[in-house]
Amino acid sequence: MTSLSVSPGSKKLGLVIDLDICVGCHACAVNCKEWNTGGHSAPLTDEDPYGSEPLGVWFNRVHTFEAGSGAEGRTVHFPRSCLHCEQPACVTVCPTGASYKRERDGIVLVNADTCIGCKLCSWACPYGAREYDYADGVMKKCTLCIDRIENTNLSEEERVPACVSTCPASARHFGDLGDPESEVSRMVDARGGYDLMPEMGMQPVNKYLPPRAARKVTPRAADTPGKPQEAPVTTGSAFLDWVDRMLSR
Amino acid sequence: MHPAYSVIFFTTASGAGYGALIWLAGLAAGGALPADRESGIALFLAALGLVTAGLLSSTFHLGHPERAWRGLTQWRSSWLSREGVAAVVAYLPALLFAAGWIILADNSGVWIWAGIVAAVLAVVTVACTGMIYASLRAIPRWTDPFVVPVYLAFAVSSGGVLVLAIAALFGTDPGLAAWVAAISVALAWILKLVYWRRIDRAKPVATAESATGLGSIGTVRLLESPNSSANFVMREMGYVVARKHAARLRLIAAVLGGVAPVLALAAGSLIAGYAAAAALLVALAGIVVGVLIERWLFFAEAQHAAMLYYGARTV
Repeated sequence: MTSLSVSPGSKKLGLVIDLDICVGCHACAVNCKEWNTGGHSAPLTDEDPYGSEPLGVWFNRVHTFEAGSGAEGRTVHFPRSCLHCEQPACVTVCPTGASYKRERDGIVLVNADTCIGCKLCSWACPYGAREYDYADGVMKKCTLCIDRIENTNLSEEERVPACVSTCPASARHFGDLGDPESEVSRMVDARGGYDLMPEMGMQPVNKYLPPRAARKVTPRAADTPGKPQEAPVTTGSAFLDWVDRMLSR
Repeated sequence: MHPAYSVIFFTTASGAGYGALIWLAGLAAGGALPADRESGIALFLAALGLVTAGLLSSTFHLGHPERAWRGLTQWRSSWLSREGVAAVVAYLPALLFAAGWIILADNSGVWIWAGIVAAVLAVVTVACTGMIYASLRAIPRWTDPFVVPVYLAFAVSSGGVLVLAIAALFGTDPGLAAWVAAISVALAWILKLVYWRRIDRAKPVATAESATGLGSIGTVRLLESPNSSANFVMREMGYVVARKHAARLRLIAAVLGGVAPVLALAAGSLIAGYAAAAALLVALAGIVVGVLIERWLFFAEAQHAAMLYYGARTV
């Protein structure tokens, strides 16, 4: 049924993504692809993979944005995947019942056996999270790695989505955002985690942690334009110069 | 949005077919069309043929056309499903209406009622088509309240011109009905011009800043796309028609689809016989081309919120 549950469970599994420490290495996207091309939605087909115009199904994509300009400007790496919304328009527009939101934990999934490949769900998602598999003729999307998080063949610490397990900077966190006491919920509270495009009314479960405020760098005298150039104070030792600079910050 | 030909053909063809059913019911109820067998076959072949061709073409773009029947199951939540159900149900009274007209040469009494039920279901089906688009918040300009009325108005006006042209070929002069058709064409384009004016003046609903949540730092620009070549989302949602071209196409659509048919219908109402039929065929050609361009623009001009992650500034 594509109608949303009138009594959804309190559990809301999702991700918290820390934009302050993401280094933009794309490891989450690659490990996601690697796991999921053999997982629940397998395969994640690639067309022309070694050609000049490769096209393939990916559940994670890492964008890089510039925000602001000058000294206040920031480069922000921005991983993007399905947000497992509480009001997912992708589910309610589905004419077949192939798209559904699980009552027990809120994960949004597609049943590949009943999907007719009309693509309307991808039109309904403002986040561009769903990707059509032209070879299979069905829509595919992030499953929050249901085949890992519930997989008792894996050790306890491995039962997290592939993107979370692989992140070398620990910028991605997985947990129950419906439980205010969970580690991820506390992280969201402490850091001011926010929703993407709240104006769309989808009520995403995944949260993003904003970049921390840029550290104020006091310009050195030599960098300040208009001042007479002073001879830089040096001790004659590169190490001691560095210590001097650090201590005079 | 990528203007897929199957969807453009489906919405225009089945729209005209449903509009023709509405006109057939109206003309039969008003006693303006004789229940003549030959013209009946041509009229219903055109109306139901366009509806059927449109519905079939809409299944061609499916990844799994053989599962299309599953699309009828989720009418509680999905406008696409509702459209499918309404389309299937509409066939019953429409075929009864056609059977009375063609087999029994009777379009009065109980058969008119079949036609009226078919017409009501035709309106419901076209309204559902419009709602499929109007319900998508991710494409803000489509949520405009004029989207559904425009879909209905173009279905009715193009269907009317089609019915009158075929009837004229079979010797029924359009007379007053041509004026009703001309008014429906003019009304459709007035609604469309209002819609265009509204979307041109609409304030952005979402921005690159709200999509990323980074607006507190400053203006947000895409520095690097996640992929070097296009992906599915960019292919499907990333189509943008140049503003300059859109303005020119709007003008061409309104002149060919609006001004020309209104003039031709006015001329057709004053003359009779094959000259009237010729005028109505000119009107039909104009509105077909005009509505196809209008429908192409409906998709090509629509901006999807997902493109905010791929360099779009606002939607």
